[in-house]
Amino acid sequence: MNQANMEEEIMLMKGNEAVAHAAIRCGCDGFFGYPITPQSEILETLSIEKPWETTGMVVLQAESELASINMVYGGGASGKRVMTSSSSPGVALMQEGITYMAGAEIPGLIVNVQRGGPGLGTIQPSQSDYNQATRGGGNGDYNTIVLAPATVQEMADFVDLAFTLAFQYRTPVMMLSDGAIGQMMEKVKLPAPKPRLTREQIEERYPWAASGRRGGQNPRVLTSLDLDPAVMEQHNLHLQRKYAEIEAKEVRFEELMCEDADIVIVAFGSAARICRKAMEDARQRGIRVGMLRPITLWPFPTQEIQRLSETCQRFLCVEINAGQMLYDIRQAVNGKRPVDFYGRCGGMMPTPEEVLTCLTNIKD
Amino acid sequence: MTKEELIQPENIVSRKPRLLNDETMHYCPGCSHGMVHKLVAEVIEEMGIEGDTIGICPVGCAVFAYRYIDIDWIEAAHGRAPAIASALNRMWPQHLVFTYQGDGDLACIGTAETIHALNRGENFTVIFINNAIYGMTGGQMAPTTLLGMKTSTCPYGRQPDLHGYPLQITQIAASLQGTCYVTRQAVHNVAAIHRAKKALRKAFENSLKRRGTSFVEIVSTCNAGWKMSPEKANEWMEENLFKTYPLGDLKDIEE
Repeated sequence: MNQANMEEEIMLMKGNEAVAHAAIRCGCDGFFGYPITPQSEILETLSIEKPWETTGMVVLQAESELASINMVYGGGASGKRVMTSSSSPGVALMQEGITYMAGAEIPGLIVNVQRGGPGLGTIQPSQSDYNQATRGGGNGDYNTIVLAPATVQEMADFVDLAFTLAFQYRTPVMMLSDGAIGQMMEKVKLPAPKPRLTREQIEERYPWAASGRRGGQNPRVLTSLDLDPAVMEQHNLHLQRKYAEIEAKEVRFEELMCEDADIVIVAFGSAARICRKAMEDARQRGIRVGMLRPITLWPFPTQEIQRLSETCQRFLCVEINAGQMLYDIRQAVNGKRPVDFYGRCGGMMPTPEEVLTCLTNIKD
Repeated sequence: MTKEELIQPENIVSRKPRLLNDETMHYCPGCSHGMVHKLVAEVIEEMGIEGDTIGICPVGCAVFAYRYIDIDWIEAAHGRAPAIASALNRMWPQHLVFTYQGDGDLACIGTAETIHALNRGENFTVIFINNAIYGMTGGQMAPTTLLGMKTSTCPYGRQPDLHGYPLQITQIAASLQGTCYVTRQAVHNVAAIHRAKKALRKAFENSLKRRGTSFVEIVSTCNAGWKMSPEKANEWMEENLFKTYPLGDLKDIEE
């Protein structure tokens, strides 16, 4: 594939493949990853596409997820757009690097194509890393921006969005997908390619980046360490101010038929696709159901749920886990309305029929 | 002649490298780190490459190396410096990238990252400070602690049946196809300092020429951890450490 000939293209592919193609096209400088099911197609697709011969993007199979994330840490610290991908057990191993990125304010993208857990778990889809992703996941007081795609198109689109947010706020960004969206094939519109940044552009845009102090500028140091607790407290407060700004500006969600809804389903990712079908079936039976789909899991659409709790009668949270986002919804609703939960876990998926039964039972 | 008259450019026979700033070092008097820092700063300055150099600090006593040498630095998590340097080598192929790591960082918690970066032949330099003890955390056993040597976590001496054997990580480095230059040096006397400086220069040049990984071990003193005077520590190092870790080149692939 010659970069000069690449324009916007419509293709049929897996979510994992879409991430790889989107990365090449959005000026990504490097991908570092380790094989794990169900996301290995990302590294495989990049290896087949050989972007180092076209855009100059580096692709490296690392010795572990621990190495991958630290490669992302290094690349990001020097102002490069770099990323990794893995699935749940591998992302658990990456938590060390993610907290260092948060502390040293290093941008980067981590794609988690989730599978069932805990431990080695299964290789089937799951959303059971919600708590880990939205609470930081590693040591210390920090958050990462978490984007939850529900389609192959969003898996492609969120690559560039994640890099934009990562560099705007100097923070790691996680794309929290799952084995279903990673493995399913859908139509996807890939963006026209944009070039990677040059050294001059990196140095102009990211004066904090350790790219070599050419021109005699002051030495740049990227670190998360300071032994003086008073200084470290100030650094923590700076991070908290940044997170407050992200919470104020970057909440993203999709709302369907909530205007007249008695019951509002809250679901993200694959669960939202299942719930959409259940919602349509319920509407045909005369049950007024709407849906709120959080697109950013952190920052969470707390205010929107508060607003909806003024008009709806109750909420139904559906997740492919044992109930994790449920607590964010309950916190937002603050006891004003009942919040029910339905979920499957361990790699099993809820069906639209199961969700419909839930809705019917709630209604009765 | 007054002091002011004496300080003239033509009279200067030795000076602190410009890249070594005036920050007070936290290293204990007698420790090898200060000398190695000076050599690193000198070589980068003499090569004129400070604008295209990125250093990676370890976790360990050299965690604050970034405070003393005026280049761009990235602070690594414990043991992960070679992974970070691997990415930087590929992102910035024209740059000098080097890691500065202690024995616990490089040969214990980061052994996987070390071996795989070296085995891939990543074009950066590893500076490996081997003082056979954990200095920063207060003198615990290291992978390179000698048999019989006492530390706070092997207070009766390192015993093979309890603690295993001193890890010969530098020999492993030499056995890997990705390395081009593997050498073991020290900085305990003037002649050794000159040899160590030459080794660092050769390693940095190799990295810029993209010949593979260069690995420079500096067998070092930790007189505070060893509970010795600086002078005694130098003697002890020569009598004991050099037997397990003899100085000299282990591998040198010329052009």
